[in-house]
Amino acid sequence: MITGRVIGEITATIRHPFFEGKKMLVVARTGADGAETGDYVIAIDAIGVGPGDPVLVLDEGNGARQVVGSSTAPVRSVVVGFLDRVDVV
Amino acid sequence: MLLGRVIGRVVPCVVTPGLEGVPMLLLQPLGKDGAPKGKTLVAADPTRMAGEGELVAYEGGREAALLLDPWFVPVDHAVIGIVDALHLPAKERA
Repeated sequence: MITGRVIGEITATIRHPFFEGKKMLVVARTGADGAETGDYVIAIDAIGVGPGDPVLVLDEGNGARQVVGSSTAPVRSVVVGFLDRVDVV
Repeated sequence: MLLGRVIGRVVPCVVTPGLEGVPMLLLQPLGKDGAPKGKTLVAADPTRMAGEGELVAYEGGREAALLLDPWFVPVDHAVIGIVDALHLPAKERA
């Protein structure tokens, strides 16, 4: 899993039917210090987050398909958590 | 899922069974600001509608093949959809 911050959203009319009604969030990856690393990922929203929110992103296919409840869903990245805080020890 | 720009088409004369008729596009991966980032790649286009110059979202890895029908095909990048709008509120404020 990776930490990130939601920076936006994309919309697509022509897309795979699985993505109907799914929110596709643009998530900037963040490091341990909370700063953006420059990488990003577009992830579907499983919990209800919006722009600016610090999130936990599952970036692995099998787990993602388990979260969305389908064994053939063409999805790899899912927002699975809203971060309260990150402690670096 | 990442953003890419369609910069061309790849036309194979022989394909593995299951991939007949599936368009193959040349994609330039983009960073979150929309600027080109990384090496070009070839992606299958299950929408069959992405044209040159279009902004698309694509998936890499095993999940890419799941976009296709039949899905048990040797594909590692595929177009998920054609992006209508990329909404980045923080960038618009800046």
